[in-house]
Amino acid sequence: MEHWRRSPLVFWATSLPPTFWLVAFFLAPLAIVWVLSFGEKQGLIAIAITWTFDNYGRALNALYLEIFAKSMWMAAVTTFICLVVAFPVAFAITFAPERWKPVLLLLVILPFWTNLLIRTYALIAVLRTRGYVNFTLEWFWDQGNWLLTLLGLGEAQLLGERFEPLTLLYNNFAVVFGLVYVGLPFMVLPLYASLDRMDRSYIEASLDLGASQFRTLFTIVIPLAKAGIISGVIITFIPAMGSFLTPDLLGGTDSQMIANVIERQFKSANDWPFGSALSFILMYATFFALALRAMLSKSGSAMEAG
Amino acid sequence: MTIHLGRRFGRRSFLAGSGAVAAGLAFGPRFAHAAEEKRLNFYNWDTYIGESTLDDFNGATGIEVKMDLYADNDELFAKLKEGNPGYDVIVPTNDFVERMIEAKMLEEIDHSKIPNKVNLDPNFQDTNFDPGRKHSMPYMWGTIGIGYRKSRVDSVPDSWKWLYDSDRYAGKIALLADGSTCIQMGLKYMGHSLNATDPALIAKVEEMIIRQKPHIKTFAEDNGQDLLLSGEVDLTMEWNGDILQVMAEDDDIGYAVPQEGGLLWQDCLCIPKGAPHPENAHAFINYILDAEAGAAIADFIQYATANQAAKDLLPPEYSENPAIFPPDSVTAKCEASLYLGTDHVRMMDEAWTRILAA
Repeated sequence: MEHWRRSPLVFWATSLPPTFWLVAFFLAPLAIVWVLSFGEKQGLIAIAITWTFDNYGRALNALYLEIFAKSMWMAAVTTFICLVVAFPVAFAITFAPERWKPVLLLLVILPFWTNLLIRTYALIAVLRTRGYVNFTLEWFWDQGNWLLTLLGLGEAQLLGERFEPLTLLYNNFAVVFGLVYVGLPFMVLPLYASLDRMDRSYIEASLDLGASQFRTLFTIVIPLAKAGIISGVIITFIPAMGSFLTPDLLGGTDSQMIANVIERQFKSANDWPFGSALSFILMYATFFALALRAMLSKSGSAMEAG
Repeated sequence: MTIHLGRRFGRRSFLAGSGAVAAGLAFGPRFAHAAEEKRLNFYNWDTYIGESTLDDFNGATGIEVKMDLYADNDELFAKLKEGNPGYDVIVPTNDFVERMIEAKMLEEIDHSKIPNKVNLDPNFQDTNFDPGRKHSMPYMWGTIGIGYRKSRVDSVPDSWKWLYDSDRYAGKIALLADGSTCIQMGLKYMGHSLNATDPALIAKVEEMIIRQKPHIKTFAEDNGQDLLLSGEVDLTMEWNGDILQVMAEDDDIGYAVPQEGGLLWQDCLCIPKGAPHPENAHAFINYILDAEAGAAIADFIQYATANQAAKDLLPPEYSENPAIFPPDSVTAKCEASLYLGTDHVRMMDEAWTRILAA
C-alpha cells in the first residue's frame, strides 16, 4: 500500500464507493441546481433551461445584496465570538494532563450527538420570557428583594416594582447565540489539532528570552496556530452564513438571513431557478473564501516548516 | 480425505437450476396482481385525522394506511411538483387545489365511488375553485383570526388594528410567518379584498407592516398558539383550530375573527396523478365522508367539518362553538384566498422579503 500504482486494484476497490457517493449524492445534485439557475419558470411546474442570466441579475439586486451582507455580518460576528471563546478552550485542552484529554474532547463533541433542531428548541426553552435564564434571574431578584426587606428598605422598591424579564429570544442576539452554540465545537477541534502539533520549545524559548505570557501568546502561539485558526474560521463561517434553522426559530422580525430567502424560493415563492441562482452566489462566495485560504496557506507554509 | 460433491451438485449446475426456476416463476399465474394491494399512502397535515380513523378503516376494509406528514401547502406542492412519489390521498387547501388543477397534478374523482357525498353540507357540495367537485372532496374548513389572552387585553380584540396598526400591545404580538397571509390580512384591515392584485395597494400594506414591525415580537412559524400558551405573546394571528387546541388547556385564551373579516380556508381530499392505489383512495375518501367516521375525526381535531351528517351527530359544544362555526354575520365578511397567477405570487414574495429585510 505504499503507492497506488503498485496495487491499483486495491486502490480502485477502496476508492470507488466514496467516489461514487461523491458523484451521485454531491456533484450530480449540485450540477442539477447549477443548471436550474439558468432556467426560467414556465407556469406552475415546468422549468425551461434557457441559459439565461436573468436569475443572477435579479439576485444582484440591492435588496438581496443587502441580505447577503447582513448574513455575512452575522456569520462574521458568530465566527469572531467562537474564535475568542474556543481559543482558550483549545489551549486548555492542549495543556491538560494526558489522561483528561480524551474526556475533554468528548465533552466538546457531545452536542453533536443531539439533533440540531432539538438543540435549537432547547435554546428556546432556555432563553424565552418564561425560560430558565429568566427564572434564575427572577430567583436572584426575589432574594435581593427579601434581603432589602430584611434591611427595612422594602418600601423603596430599589429593584423595581416587579421583575422585568430579559428579552433574550426573537431578536438578533438569540440568532448569534444559537449560531455560536452550534459552531463552537467546529472551532475548537481544528484549533486543538493545530495547537497540539505546535513545538512547545518555542514557548519556552520565548519566556526564557524575557517576553511576558501575553506577549508570548500573541507573537508566538497565535502565528504558529495560524493554519488551525484559518481552518476553524472557515468551518464555522460557512455553515453560519448558510444557516436558516436558527434564524427561523430563534429570530425576530428582522433576523432574516439569505438562507431563509432561498428556502422561500423553493417553497412558497415556487421559483426554483431564482433560488438556485441565490444558492450558487453563496457557493461562489464560499469557493472564493477557500481559494483565499489556499493562497494564504501557501504563503504561510514557510513559517510552518518544522 | 476429500469430499466429493458429485457432479450433479456442482456450483454451475446449481446456478443453472435456480435460473430455470426463476424463469419459470416469471410465467406463473398473474391474476394475483390484478387487484390493488391492500395499501394506501396518505399524505396529511400533522394532527389532522381522528385518533382511530386509520385503524377503523383498516378494520372495515382490510386496507393498511401509511400516513406521512407535511407542515404546509408549499411543502406538499414542492414534493409533488416533480412527480408523485407514491401518495394516494393528499389534503391541500383550496388555493392549492386550484394550483394543482391548473398544473394537472390531480386525478379526477369518480363520484360513483363516493356515495357518502350526500352527507356533505349543501354549501360545500360544489365550489368555485373546483367546479363540479371533479378533483376534490371537502374535508375541513375554518378561519384565520386572532387568538388572545383574555386577562391581558382591554376588550375582545376583534379588529386587525391591534396587530397591524397599534402599539397598545407592543412586544406581545405575533403574526403568522406566511408572507402572503400577512399581506392579505393587511389588505382586509385596509378594507380591500384579500385577493387584490394592485401593486400600489400591496405597497401600502407593506409600508404599514414595516411601520408596525418594531411592535411585533416575532413571525410565528405555525406555533403561535404555543407562544400564546407560554405567555410569550398576548395576541397572535392563528388558525382557529390551533387556538381551539390550546383553549382546551387554558381557559384564559380566546379566539375572535376580526370585524374586517379574516381568511376562510377549506382543506380538501384529493387524489394526485400517478397514485398507485386509486381504488383504495376512493374507498378511503368515501370512508371519511361517512357520518360516524367524520364525527369521530371532527370531535378529535376540533375543526369545522364540511360533513353535515357528521355535524348532526356531535354535541352542541362542538356544533354551536362560535370559534369552530362562526355565525353567518362573521363568515360573510371572510374571504377565501384565490390563486392569482405566478406573477402575483412573485410580487407577494418580494414584498415579504422587503418587509423582513427592513
